[in-house]
Amino acid sequence: MSVSFNANHLQFLLQGAGWTLMLSLIAFVGGGLVGFVVALCRISPLKPLRWVSMGYVQLVQGTPLLILMFLAYFGLSILGLTLPAIVAAGLSMTIYVSAYIGEIWRGCIQAVPRTQWEAAECLALSRVQRMALVVLPQALRIATPPTVGFMVQIVKNTSLASVVGFIELARAGQVVNNSIFEPFLVYMLVAGLYFLLCFPLSWWSRKLERRLMVVAPRLETA
Amino acid sequence: MTYKFDFASVLAQWPLFLHGAWLTIKLSLAATLLGLLIGTLCAIGRGSRNAFVARACATYVEAIRNTPLLVQIFLVYFGLASVGLKVPAFVAAVLAMVINVGAYTTEIMRAGIESIHRSQIEAAECLALSRAQVYWHVILRPAMERVYPALTSQFVLLMLATSITSQISAEELTAIANRVQSDTFRSFETYAVVAVFYLLLSLMMRGLFWAAGQALFTRRRKLGTPL
Repeated sequence: MSVSFNANHLQFLLQGAGWTLMLSLIAFVGGGLVGFVVALCRISPLKPLRWVSMGYVQLVQGTPLLILMFLAYFGLSILGLTLPAIVAAGLSMTIYVSAYIGEIWRGCIQAVPRTQWEAAECLALSRVQRMALVVLPQALRIATPPTVGFMVQIVKNTSLASVVGFIELARAGQVVNNSIFEPFLVYMLVAGLYFLLCFPLSWWSRKLERRLMVVAPRLETA
Repeated sequence: MTYKFDFASVLAQWPLFLHGAWLTIKLSLAATLLGLLIGTLCAIGRGSRNAFVARACATYVEAIRNTPLLVQIFLVYFGLASVGLKVPAFVAAVLAMVINVGAYTTEIMRAGIESIHRSQIEAAECLALSRAQVYWHVILRPAMERVYPALTSQFVLLMLATSITSQISAEELTAIANRVQSDTFRSFETYAVVAVFYLLLSLMMRGLFWAAGQALFTRRRKLGTPL
């Protein structure tokens, strides 16, 4: 007996989309927090800190996210921890996002004109004050468009969490396809749902970019 | 912790890993060259006076950039199979990668083309260069020179992204890793070794691209200065 696509299947896909959003949120918040520390370390006056953070970024950016997923999922289970898929996925996404967003934010902090740093120094502000009161508020403006643009990458890359058995949108698509075998219909629907999640972000990022007139080619993965 | 690391049994599989790495290189090379071609054509197409061509290229870019590679790979592989076109996994992998990277390359090349000043093109027209000559000598080559760093980073990312094609069991490095780990039950060691392989591959690619850049763009100019 062949079953055709029905409302239950659609509901399952939508549920998957919900988990995709959830994982994206975890990755963005976790990756953002760690990435902020990475960005600060990358421009720290302490040489060892700069070296360690650069090594971290190179290491993560030179490894495919898929391998990070496998390492988190299997690697932590050998420590005797049986991890739920969402923890392994959330952890590897956090590591992945932190390296990329850390580099984006470092660039934005360094894009604040040198004279602003110097002026802050002249006001006898401490390094922490200079950062918090003068540089970071300006960097925030510069950082908004590329950060929103990078969110698209986060949403798309959560699809790789399907390999550790986390049922997000891509995995939900696989499950539905396995039961009714209509790959074109199912994956087009999945692609359509991803598009609905990502396109508003892309559009918003472009709008922000135009407003700030920051012209630079943006790099993206997958 | 009682776990004992055992890299020896994993490293004993080195011929398999090398084979996988070689396929990863082949896959990346094919996708890079074809992707560059498609990206350049679409970047030109997006600036076309023909509204239909411009729209079609823009739609392609938006559709690809806002959906995950994994889903695109499934669409190509299973989608083609369901309409009776059964292609080997490796061919489907190349096809999906080319479609994917073509869209990103389009955006990078477009940024390069847009950075060429109008007066340069007008000057070339005054010299009675043909349209093809203008594109080749005055627009594309300087544009490529400008976006070369972005382009090469994109291709390194592309190499890393080929790992995703393991999901349709194209026999590249990650698929080999999956096989080795199910043979040896040494998952952590296997993926750690493969991570090192990818690191070496990306370092190698960066080195090669740097050398190629030195050879291709012989005019020494600081980035960001006017052409």
